[in-house]
Amino acid sequence: MAADIGAAEGNQRYRSGVIPYKKMGYWDPDYEPRGTDVIALFRVTPQKGVDPEEAAAAVAGESSTATWTVVWTDRLTACEVYRAKAYRVDQVPNTEDQYFTYIAYDLDLFEPGSIANLTASIIGNVFGFKAIRALRLEDMRIPVAYLKTFQGPATGIVVERERLDKFGRPLLGATTKPKLGLSGRNYGRVVYEALKGGLDFVKDDENINSQPFMHWRDRFLFCMEAVNKASAATGEVKGHYLNVTAGTMDHMIERAEFAKDLGSIIVMIDLVVGYTAIQTMAKWARDNDMILHLHRAGNSTYSRQKNHGMNFRVICKWMRMAGVDHLHAGTVVGKLEGDPHMTAGFYDVLRESYVPQNLEHGIFFDQEWASLNKVMPVASGGIHAGQMHQLLHYLGEDVVMQFGGGTIGHPMGIQAGATANRVALEAMVLARNEGRDIMAEGPDILKQAAKGCKPLQSALDTWKDVTFNYESTDTADFVPVETPSM
Amino acid sequence: MRITQGTFSFLPDLTDEQIKKQVKYCIDRGWAVNIEYTDDPHPRNTYWEMWDLPMFDLKDPAGVMLEINACREACPNHYIRVSGFDATRGWETVRLSFIVNRPPHEPGFRLERTEVKGRHIRYGVQPYATDKPEGER
Repeated sequence: MAADIGAAEGNQRYRSGVIPYKKMGYWDPDYEPRGTDVIALFRVTPQKGVDPEEAAAAVAGESSTATWTVVWTDRLTACEVYRAKAYRVDQVPNTEDQYFTYIAYDLDLFEPGSIANLTASIIGNVFGFKAIRALRLEDMRIPVAYLKTFQGPATGIVVERERLDKFGRPLLGATTKPKLGLSGRNYGRVVYEALKGGLDFVKDDENINSQPFMHWRDRFLFCMEAVNKASAATGEVKGHYLNVTAGTMDHMIERAEFAKDLGSIIVMIDLVVGYTAIQTMAKWARDNDMILHLHRAGNSTYSRQKNHGMNFRVICKWMRMAGVDHLHAGTVVGKLEGDPHMTAGFYDVLRESYVPQNLEHGIFFDQEWASLNKVMPVASGGIHAGQMHQLLHYLGEDVVMQFGGGTIGHPMGIQAGATANRVALEAMVLARNEGRDIMAEGPDILKQAAKGCKPLQSALDTWKDVTFNYESTDTADFVPVETPSM
Repeated sequence: MRITQGTFSFLPDLTDEQIKKQVKYCIDRGWAVNIEYTDDPHPRNTYWEMWDLPMFDLKDPAGVMLEINACREACPNHYIRVSGFDATRGWETVRLSFIVNRPPHEPGFRLERTEVKGRHIRYGVQPYATDKPEGER
């Protein structure tokens, strides 16, 4: 077998100097991945003239045990086991120089329960490697044996709903606007109006931490006054995601503890705090009965372009393992990047117990989630009440829909904006459950609901058919093709 | 005031015809329909009184409607809610829950603020409806 693929053996393999990665044993087309292997799928763009299999072997090598030259100290280890194996290379459909490369890693290459350790290998040095022009991590298959070393979402969709006593419909939220500049007192006003009007949550934006115009304690105190007052006014559990993102881990914990002392049910952090900080906060959240919201600030710097970086679906997987309860995952119809098929894939990764391979949705592997809690996806950015039928159709009911501008920008005020969204939502869920075709009848259902709700009528008039129809950059490589009938 | 717990509280009170369709939706998904009532609408009052057991084996929405109406007759001044319980693995929880009866007058809640230290306030929400002892409401 070894002779067929050109891997060197014995003293040939360990003679000092430089030999191709393929010959070092990082390419093995006959390798059958084991159930306990971590599998990564990369999109590799080799430098001109570099053989795709050699490029694949190089990626396997650099993301596991290899260095640029032969080292005899490999022979002090069970090196065949520790070497990652590139075992399959497929040309990407409709491209000339890109290759989907499947690489299997033995479980013992990774520290249990550490996203930092997993990522240091998989997206570490290898992304700067000269022999490849561009590299993108498209998907991963995480074995159950490894998943079971992670806590998973602190609360999960099921328990979050039970704590909130809210079932059968998407949750509603909004981000306080303007995102920067409000004083604590004025900020709390927006929170109170939106919650009293009918939203379940209001949210700090990703970059509201502790600035000269509003220090964090001031924000927390005024927001909790708003949350409790709105709860008393409606008889519902309400929440505000208090952003505890800070410069050091100690400060984050200090802020989270204060939020807990004030009776908040939820805190939030930004993706930019890093994987270890996220896992630390997830453990804190589990220990303190807190829901943990994650804003995906920063992800588009590496997830948006197709040939380099990583796909957002991998972030979804890592974040479910790391243990967050909420993650922004796209709206399909809003202002931010999001192809409907790709977005469906992200939502499946976050919410399902088992996700089968689905190339149209960008899902390359069957993934068993081994009873890790479900993450609530968050749809936020440029959405409004007039799109309610599309939102419910594409995103389902286990999602937080966040209407920031669509609430606060309402011509009749913030409470009215919130009421418009809530009425539109409940009317649409009612109609869907009655078996009506909401994609076809949606605008009509909204029009009927607006007859008894002036704020909804006003929202529909204001935003009419506002959509953001730009082409997505991150789209599926596989599209269904009709087979001609014979 | 009008408490807005439940899936459809922002809509006008559902008609029996509308309720029946939602019940059918639950039954079609294999969920057990459950009827509960209370006179304590506190947002964290999880355990409303059960009007008998969840109807695991009842497959006819009309049968559920009979139970809802019997409950309404017995408890006209209570909140009554209908929920659908999904026993599927990974869920094992309520999937839909909506109010089908309200007391004629909903007095709402008192927000109690206790100053603790500094600017820290401890909040409590108290339903006016539970000011009297349980047997005397």
